Amino acid sequence: MIEKTPQDVASSTGPAFKSTGRYSALRLLREALSGHRNWTRAWRKAEPRSEYEVVIIGGGGHGLATAYYLANHFGITNVAVLEKGPIGLGNVGRNTTIIRSTYYTPENIRFYDFSLQLWEGLEQELNFNAMVSQRGCVYTYHTDGQRDAMTRRANDMHLVGADCIELDRVALKSLIPAIALDNGRFPIMGAFMQPRGGTVRHDAVAWGYARGASEAGVDIIEHCEVTGLRQQGGRVTGVETTRGFIGAGTVCLAVAGHSSHVAAMADVRLPIESHALQAFVSESIKPFLDVVLMFGAGHYYVSQSDKGGMVFGGNIDRHNTYAQRGTQWVAQEVAAEGVALLPALANLRILRQWGGIMDMTMDGSPIISRLPIDGLVMNGGWCYGGFKAIPAGGYTTAHLIARGAAHPLTTHMDLARFAEGRTVDEPGTGPFPWAH
Amino acid sequence: MNPARVPSRGRTEAAGDLMLRIPCPHCGTRDEVEFHYGGDASVRRPAADADTAAYAAYVYERTNPKGWHREWWFHAAGCRQWLEVRRHTVSHVIESVTGQP
Repeated sequence: MIEKTPQDVASSTGPAFKSTGRYSALRLLREALSGHRNWTRAWRKAEPRSEYEVVIIGGGGHGLATAYYLANHFGITNVAVLEKGPIGLGNVGRNTTIIRSTYYTPENIRFYDFSLQLWEGLEQELNFNAMVSQRGCVYTYHTDGQRDAMTRRANDMHLVGADCIELDRVALKSLIPAIALDNGRFPIMGAFMQPRGGTVRHDAVAWGYARGASEAGVDIIEHCEVTGLRQQGGRVTGVETTRGFIGAGTVCLAVAGHSSHVAAMADVRLPIESHALQAFVSESIKPFLDVVLMFGAGHYYVSQSDKGGMVFGGNIDRHNTYAQRGTQWVAQEVAAEGVALLPALANLRILRQWGGIMDMTMDGSPIISRLPIDGLVMNGGWCYGGFKAIPAGGYTTAHLIARGAAHPLTTHMDLARFAEGRTVDEPGTGPFPWAH
Repeated sequence: MNPARVPSRGRTEAAGDLMLRIPCPHCGTRDEVEFHYGGDASVRRPAADADTAAYAAYVYERTNPKGWHREWWFHAAGCRQWLEVRRHTVSHVIESVTGQP
């Protein structure tokens, strides 16, 4: 951890910010003895200064993680994170919290497995309980061809050191007693499982990274919307905001869902469309499912939260939108897939439903890249897989900013891949973002 | 409109309260489930002798506006015609629907 300078402390709002100190079982006991009245705020709410070395637009998972790794691993502490509203209320708080590295292309498996490795050490790294639960991710297969494709993917995962095992019907039924192996339309032949996959408490990820970044001197500035990107001689010099101009050596976009919207402020057109992805939570029930389960005959994923609710989702809504809600026919499709997989779900009521806006790229893979204007970089295009990528996305974006070159795990994620014919299109769908 | 069925902000009756209702010029107003989405209708194929940069922009780059959007919808379960729809990407209000010339 890097010591804060007096100027850093002076820039905070309200009473001088006091470091939280280390969290531990002993600390919890001590605070309990004083009735939990002496806990301090986990991170410092800062006022904008006139200039920073790095300005990160977006206080979501990737923006906060980028700031954290810049300050704690790359020695750049003169950093501001600007957030339009309060931090953590965008997609980092609106997803189904699944982590895994079950990808198809070796370059994506390597990147997402690096992320999984960072998740495995995240709580120790941040000294914050993010409730990382490696309960395993299970994928059903329903045809011989699908088994072949999943076997190939499992072998590719083994080649880069990731874990993946096959489960036959007996093993699958014993692992998930509620599963309907012989549903009439799509009988299940077996499944693959990544035991290291699982879930994380998504809100805690935002808070943990914010605390770690703030402790290292990063200014986290809420209610500060970027309205323009100022340039001089082909180089970005800072951002216009609702709280005035803020100068910056480097500006990083971490606004997935709205990347096109912010990049347009610099007249940059991106290979991205914004689409809504819905998520659902049922009423709470007793322990029912202790893995993450994914339906191979459609697009459906479900896990049970620690509060007991079934958390699930499916496909995107398939038309351009910036509205954080969702269309009814997709909700119906998702519910039908859930009932096909776990018929007992039909007895449950949906407690909450919401939508988040995804940066859907033209090849379905993310973009961590310099943009055509000097000093401007982006972390975005996460489609609907951004949550699991937060630690690796933040680390590699920090690397790109600090070292001026892509991290070796993200050289395939550059923007130029589209024009140069190097797209990383996992399902081979083509440039139709709503179909990825 | 029944207020109990309208949980979110900024939704208008014209936009439909549960899913899009697209006024097909051939078949009348129908639910979104009858249609397939076809993406941005504002992109234009460059001339045959245009350079690869122009073609890359045509295939991959999109304006992706937060606002009015011209887009293709195929009326798969109706007249089976491609329609050009002008729709708002925040309110989902549909301003106009035209068939192909």
